[in-house]
Amino acid sequence: MSEKKMVILDGNEAAASVAYRLTEVVAIYPITPSSPMAEWADQWRSEGKKNIWGALPIVEELQSEGGASGALHGALQAGAFGTTFTASQGLLLMIPNMYKIAGELTPATMHVTARTLATHALSIFGDHSDVMACRSTGWAMLASNSVQEVADMALVAQIATLESRIPFMHFFDGFRTSHEVDKIYPISDETIRALLDDKYIIQYRQNALCPDRPFIRGTAQNPDVFFQAREACSPFHAAVPGIVQKVMDRFAKETGRAYHLFDYYGAKDAERVIILMGSGAEAAEEAVDALTQKGEKLGVLKVRLYKPFDASAFVAALPKTVKSIAVLDRCKDPGASGEPLYMDVMTVLGENAAKLPFAKMPTVVGGRYGLSSKEFTPAMVKGIFDELAKPAPKNHFTIGINDDVSMSSLTYDPAFSTEDAKTVRALFYGLGSDGTVGANKNSIKIIGEQTPNFAQGYFVYDSKKSGSMTTSHLRFGPNPIRSTYLITRASFVACHNFSFLEKMNVVEAAMPGAVFLLNSPYPAAEVWDKLPKTTQAEILRKKIEFYVIDGNDVARKTGMGTRINTIMQTCFFAISGVLPREEAIEQIKKAIKKTFGRRGDEVVAKNFAAVDATLAHLEKVKLPAAVSSRFDLIPPISPKAPKFVRDVLGEIAGGHGDQIPVSAIPAGGAFPSATAQWEKRNIAQFIPVWDKDLCIQCGKCVMVCPHAVIRAKVYPESLAKNAPATLQWAKPKWKGMEQDRYTLQLAPEDCTGCAVCVEACPVKNKSDASKKAINMVPQQPLREVERANWEYFLNIPEIDRSKLSHGQVKDLQLLQPLFEFSGACAGCGETPYIKLLTQLFGDRLYIANATGCSSIYGGNLPTTPYASNAQGRGPAWSNSLFEDNAEFGFGMRIALDQQKEFAELLVTRLSGSIGDELAKGLLGAAQNTETEVNQQRERVRALKEKLTGNKSSDARNLLAIADTLVRKSVWILGGDGWAFDIGFGGLDHVLGSGKNVNVLVLDTEVYSNTGGQMSKATPRGAVAKFAASGKTNSRKDLAMEAVSYGSVYVAQVALGGNDSHVVKAFQEAEAHNGPSIIIAYSSCIAHGYDLVHGLEQQKLAVQSGYWPLMRYNPALREEGKNPFQLDSKAPAIRLKEYAYREARYTMLARGNPELAAHLLKEAQDDVERQWRVYSARAAMPGRGETPNIAPAEKPEDKPEQKLAAEAAGGAE
Amino acid sequence: MIDFSTKYLGMDLKSPVVVSSTPLSEPIENVRRMEDCGAAAIVLHSLFEEQLALESRALDDDLSRGTDSFPESLDYLPDLKDYRMTHEAYLEHVRQCKKAVKIPILGSLNGVTPGGWVRYAKDMEKAGVDAIELNTYALATDKNHTSADMEGQLLKLVAEVTSAVKVPVSVKLSQWFTSLPYLVGQLEAAGARGVVLFNRFYQPDFDIETLEVRPTLHFSKPSELLPRLHWAAILYGHVKLDIAITGGVHSAEDVLKSIMAGGSTVLMASALHIYGIEHIKRVLDDMRYWLEKREYKSLNETRGCLSRRSVPDTSAFDRGNYIKTLSSYSLRQTVGAF
Repeated sequence: MSEKKMVILDGNEAAASVAYRLTEVVAIYPITPSSPMAEWADQWRSEGKKNIWGALPIVEELQSEGGASGALHGALQAGAFGTTFTASQGLLLMIPNMYKIAGELTPATMHVTARTLATHALSIFGDHSDVMACRSTGWAMLASNSVQEVADMALVAQIATLESRIPFMHFFDGFRTSHEVDKIYPISDETIRALLDDKYIIQYRQNALCPDRPFIRGTAQNPDVFFQAREACSPFHAAVPGIVQKVMDRFAKETGRAYHLFDYYGAKDAERVIILMGSGAEAAEEAVDALTQKGEKLGVLKVRLYKPFDASAFVAALPKTVKSIAVLDRCKDPGASGEPLYMDVMTVLGENAAKLPFAKMPTVVGGRYGLSSKEFTPAMVKGIFDELAKPAPKNHFTIGINDDVSMSSLTYDPAFSTEDAKTVRALFYGLGSDGTVGANKNSIKIIGEQTPNFAQGYFVYDSKKSGSMTTSHLRFGPNPIRSTYLITRASFVACHNFSFLEKMNVVEAAMPGAVFLLNSPYPAAEVWDKLPKTTQAEILRKKIEFYVIDGNDVARKTGMGTRINTIMQTCFFAISGVLPREEAIEQIKKAIKKTFGRRGDEVVAKNFAAVDATLAHLEKVKLPAAVSSRFDLIPPISPKAPKFVRDVLGEIAGGHGDQIPVSAIPAGGAFPSATAQWEKRNIAQFIPVWDKDLCIQCGKCVMVCPHAVIRAKVYPESLAKNAPATLQWAKPKWKGMEQDRYTLQLAPEDCTGCAVCVEACPVKNKSDASKKAINMVPQQPLREVERANWEYFLNIPEIDRSKLSHGQVKDLQLLQPLFEFSGACAGCGETPYIKLLTQLFGDRLYIANATGCSSIYGGNLPTTPYASNAQGRGPAWSNSLFEDNAEFGFGMRIALDQQKEFAELLVTRLSGSIGDELAKGLLGAAQNTETEVNQQRERVRALKEKLTGNKSSDARNLLAIADTLVRKSVWILGGDGWAFDIGFGGLDHVLGSGKNVNVLVLDTEVYSNTGGQMSKATPRGAVAKFAASGKTNSRKDLAMEAVSYGSVYVAQVALGGNDSHVVKAFQEAEAHNGPSIIIAYSSCIAHGYDLVHGLEQQKLAVQSGYWPLMRYNPALREEGKNPFQLDSKAPAIRLKEYAYREARYTMLARGNPELAAHLLKEAQDDVERQWRVYSARAAMPGRGETPNIAPAEKPEDKPEQKLAAEAAGGAE
Repeated sequence: MIDFSTKYLGMDLKSPVVVSSTPLSEPIENVRRMEDCGAAAIVLHSLFEEQLALESRALDDDLSRGTDSFPESLDYLPDLKDYRMTHEAYLEHVRQCKKAVKIPILGSLNGVTPGGWVRYAKDMEKAGVDAIELNTYALATDKNHTSADMEGQLLKLVAEVTSAVKVPVSVKLSQWFTSLPYLVGQLEAAGARGVVLFNRFYQPDFDIETLEVRPTLHFSKPSELLPRLHWAAILYGHVKLDIAITGGVHSAEDVLKSIMAGGSTVLMASALHIYGIEHIKRVLDDMRYWLEKREYKSLNETRGCLSRRSVPDTSAFDRGNYIKTLSSYSLRQTVGAF
C-alpha cells in the first residue's frame, strides 16, 4: 500500500485532486455543488502545482457548461487529456458534446456532483436526475458512495477511460458526498503511476488530430452508412466492464481497497435485497449490519459501474437466495414504467429469466428516495426491507416523505437507529459567518489527524444569505463512519447564538445525559430564566449537563469582533474531553497558525488570545429542579399570517419541512406572493432610529435600503388618531402637504442592520457631527415599541401616487415597494434596484429572473419577497433557467402582445355589446403615464362588468385576457454571469429583436451566487474564483455592445454614483418602446469589503472613470440630438484610489505585487481608453452618430424620381 | 573641491544631504537616481507596526466576510497560498536597495508594542540596513498620562531597540517635548546615536461644510525649518549624538543653515517631490558655489558656527520670537546673499 497517512478532506477535493493530476486541460464553469472542484483546479494552477507528468495543467473558464464541454471536446481532439466538473442543468448543457465525445471514442473524464434538475423549482441539492438524463450519451457512468470512494473511483474512471476509449462520467451525491468532510486515504502519485500505462497515453496521442498525419473526424453521413458506423462502436462499449474490473483489481493490489462492478454487502443467504447507488448505499449498509446481526436475511447491492450495465456481473453479484428486491432510484421519471435503475434491473432479469441462478424469479419493486438531498436513513432502509417481506410489496413506492396524494409512500419507524454507540455525535448551531463551520472543520482535522479516531463532518446551511443558521454535524469514533445522514441524536450540542433559543428547541436532538454548551450573554447564575419553557423542560427531562460562556464578550475583549469560532471550539474540546485539555489547546493553536498564519501575525495573535481567555469564562450551570420560565418558544411565522403561510411555510421556516405531506404542497411550483413579511427574523443587533428634527426628508435612506425596511408615508393627521404614542412624525416638506404628517418608520424585526441607510444620510447633527438624521442603536430594547409602530404604520393608507413626481428621489420614498425583506446579504447592492423597479412599475410588472442571487433571494422558500399592493397587484415573477432568461422574458413579451392583439380583436367584435365608446376607449388608449394606465384599468373594469354574464365564446375569451389590454412591463433581471457570459447569446438576440422588453443587469462583476467566480464583467486586476492570480483581461463593455444596435435604450448606472440618474434611466427604459438595458453597478460581498461602504465605493468607481454613467436614448435621435449622453464627469481620481479599497484587488497586491502593479497599470489604461471613447461619442453634435457620410443619392437610384421623370416625358 | 563629507551615526557620508522617508524611494530606479544625484544616504519610508496589525485584520475580515453562510457560496474569494504582508515587502525592498546602491540605507520604524519595535528593528538589521531611524510619535489623549510617562516610554523603547541591534539607531522626535536638551541627553544615555529634528505628522483638518475631520499632510515649507534650526542650535555641543534636520530643508541655503546650526545631516523629502530627485544635485552644486565663493575648504568648517554655543548673543535663541523677530528677517536676507 502506497498510502498510509490518512487525510481529512471533502468529496470535491478528493475528486479534484485525482482529476487535476491526470489532466492537461481543465475546462470549467461554476455550478453548485461542483464549483469547488474547479476552484481547486484553478487555485492549484495558480500555485504552480504540476500534474503527474510534471506539467502545469491549463485551467480555463468558459461562458457556460455548453462552452466548457465544447472546449473539452476540442482539447480532446487535439490530443490533450481533458476533464471538466459539473452538475445539474450544467450537465444537461454538456449533453450534445457528450454524444460527440463518446461517439468519437475519445477518452475523457468528467466528475459530477449529482444534483437535482430544476423542474417545478430549482434545487441545488443532490439526487441523480441529472446523471440519469445522460444515460444514452454513450459515456460510462461510475458511481461513488463516500468520500473515500470518490478519490478511488476518480482514479478508476481516469484510468479506465484511457484503456477503453470510452469517456467516463464519475458521479457522487451533491453536498452529501461532495461537501462531507471525511478521514480518508488519499491517492498518492505512486498509485497513479502504478495504474497508468504509457501504452494507452501514446495510443491516445496518435488518435488525435494532427496536420502532420492528417485525417478528418466529424463527417456528415447519410442513410447508407450512418447506422453501420453507429454500431461500429459496440465492441468498445462491450469491453468497458471488463476493463473497469481489471483496473479495480489493479487498484486493490496497490491500495488494499477492493471494488467490483457490483458490490454486494450483507447476509450470504439474503432473501431481501436493496439495490442502489450513491451515498444512500452507506446508510443502507449500516442498516443491513444492524439487521443481519439480529438474524435477518438481508443485503444491499451497490451499483458502481452503472453504464455499461454488465448483466452477468449483476446477476452474479446477487445472492442466489434472494426472493424480493427493491431497486432504489434517486430521481423521478414521471410517466415512465419505472425509474432508470429499476428499468435496467427489470430488463436484465427479464432477458435472463431462463438462466437465473435463483430458485424462483424474485419479486422486484422500484422505489424513489432522497430527491433533492432528502434524508435517507437506516430507518427508511428498514422500512423498505419490511415492505419487501410482505407478500405483495408496494411497487413504485416513495420513502422518506408522506405522499398522501398518490399514496406511494412507505411507512417506517423513524426511531429505528443504527448509530454506533462508540461514535461521538456532536451538533453545533452557529450563525453564518461567525466562524462555527470553519472551526468545526478544524476540529475534525485535529481529531482525525491527532487521534486514531475516524471523523466525519457535514454542514447544513439555511436558505437566507444573511443572518442564516448553520448546523454542523460532527461524528468521530474508533470505527469507520458510514452514516450518510444528519445527526438527530447527539451527545454534544452547542448553540453558538443565543437568539436561536427564541424560536427553536436547541436541545431537541440531545440524548439523555448529553452535554449542552450555550454562548450566552448571561452568566451561569442568570441564564436559566432566560430559556424558554420547552427548552428548560427538555434539559431537565434529559438531565443535560449545561455549560455557558459569554463568547461574544471574550471575542470583543480579545479583538475577535463577532467571530466566536476559536472560543467555542476551545470550549468544545475542554468539555468533551476528546483530547487531554493541554494537548487540545496546543492543537487548536497549531490549527490557527496553519489556517490564519498567512494572513499575518495579528490574526494569529488575536486567536491565540481568544483561546487563552476562554477557559476562565466557561461555567457549568447548576440545574434547578423545575421549569420556571415565563415564556416559551415563539413561532417562526407570525400567527397572523394567512393559513397556508402559517401551516406550510411556517413549518418549513421552523425546520419541519420534512414532515409536510404531499397534499399540502402546491403541485406545479406556484406559491403565493408577499410571504416574507410574515417571517420575522430579528437578525440585526443594531437598527437605525430616526431623528425627526434633523431629517430633511430627502428619501435617500429609503432609496438605498436593500431590504425595504425603512419606509416613509405622508398622511393626514386624522389617520394618526389611534397611533401609538411612540410613532414619530414631522411636518412634511412637500408643497401642499404641510398640514399632514410625515413618518419615517423602520421594520425592526426585518432589518439586517447593514447601516447603509446611515451612510446614505446626508445630514449631520450640528452639535455632534457623529450623529445623523438616522443612527444605529441596539435592537433589543426597541423591538417591542418599534414593532407596534411598524404595524400601525403599515395600516396607514398609501399616498395617492398621482400627487408625486416619479422621477424624484425625494418623492419616490412615498411609493410602496413591492419587494421586501428578502434573504439577500446585509448591504446587498442589487436589491435597491429591484425595489425601485417595483416602486415604479410593480403593479404591472412581469419579471423574468435569471438564476443567480436575484432568483435565490427572490424566490427561495420558505418565504419570498415579491409583494402586492392594496389593490392586490404586484410583480408576476418567475425563474426559468440561467442561460435562457432573456429569451424567457422575450417569450413573456410576445405572449402579452399576442393576447393584447387578440383582446383588441375581441373588443372590436364585441363593440356592439360593450358599447362603442368603451370599445373605442379601450382600443385607442394611450398608456404612457401611470394615470393613463390607471384610466385603462378603469375601462377594463367596466369591460369586465359588461362581459360578466355574457355566455358567448368571444365574451368568455375576452374576459380571460381582458387584463392584457392594460399596459404590462416586462423586465428581464439577472446578474453579470448571465448577461455577460452564459446568457449573452440570448440577450444579444433579444436586444436585437426590437421587442419592448427591459433588461436590468445587476452587475456584481462576478458570479456572486456560486461564490464569486470570474465573469467577463470582472475587471482586470481583480482576484476572483477562477482568476486566483488576478483577471488579466479587461471587462467587457456590454453597454457599448448594446449601443451598437442604435435602437436599444442603454444606461449604465450606479446608485452610489448618482441616484437621480438611476431613476431617470429606469423611467426612460420603461418609456422606450423597444428593447432597453440598464447595467447597474451592484456592490457585492464578493468584492471584499464591508458593504456599509458600498455606496461610497460606487461613488469612487464613478469618480475614477471606471464606471462612467451614461444613457443612450434612441428617442433623442428623432429630436435631432445625440442619443449618447455621458452623465458623469471626467476621472477625478486614479483607479487605484477606488480599487485598492477592495480586497479583490489588494489581495493580489499582497499575493503577487509585481503582477498586481502591472495589471493595475493596464486597468488604468482601460479606464482612460474607455473614457476617451465615451466622451468622444457624447461630444458628437446633434445627429452626430449618423452624419451624412454616404454620398448623396443619385437620381437614377431613386426609382420614384425616375418614374416621375418618365411620366413627364423627360426620360431618354 | 569642497569637502562635503560628514559623519552621521558613525557612518561616513559623502555629503550631508540624505533622502528622508518618502514614497519616492519605493521604486528601485528612484533609489538609483537618488544615489546618482548625490544623495549621501536614504532613509526608507516608515514601517508602521500599527498598519501591519490593521492590514492583517483587514485581510482576515475581508476573506472571512459572509463565509459559511449559504450553501452555494461558502466563501467569496480564493485564499491565496501566500500574502506578502507589508513588512515582508519592506524587508525585501531593503534588500533590493542594498543591492542597487552603495550609499547607506536606513530603515525607518514606527512601532506600537515593545515587542514590535524590537522585532522589526531586528528584521531590518537582518535585511541589511545600515542604521535604523525610530519614527517615534505618541500623542497624549488621556488626562492621566503624564509627560514623564511619555518620555519614560520613549526612553524604554529606545533602550530596548539599541540593545537588540548592532546597527546605529537614531530617534526622530516630535517638537513638542518640553525640555528637549534633557530628553536628548537621556536618549543618548539610552543608546541612541542621533536625533532627527523633527517629525512632521498628519494633522486633522476640518471640513466645515461636511462636518468631517480629515487627516492632511502638506509638503513642508522652508519656514518650517526655523524651529528645527533653533533646537539644533541649542542642542549642538551639549550632546554627543548626531543631529539631523528634517522639515523645511528645500535649498542649499537651508542645508547650510542646518549645518551651521549644528546638524550633521539634513533629510529632504518635500523638496524632492516638488522639484524632482535631480534637485539633490542642484542643492549640492549651489552649496559648492556658495562655499567656494567664500573660500571654505570643507563643509565641516561651518558646522555649529551659528549654534547657541557659538553666537555672541544668545538672546535670539533664548527669548524666542519676542524681541528679535523683525531683525531676524533682515538677518535672513544677509545670510541669503549668494
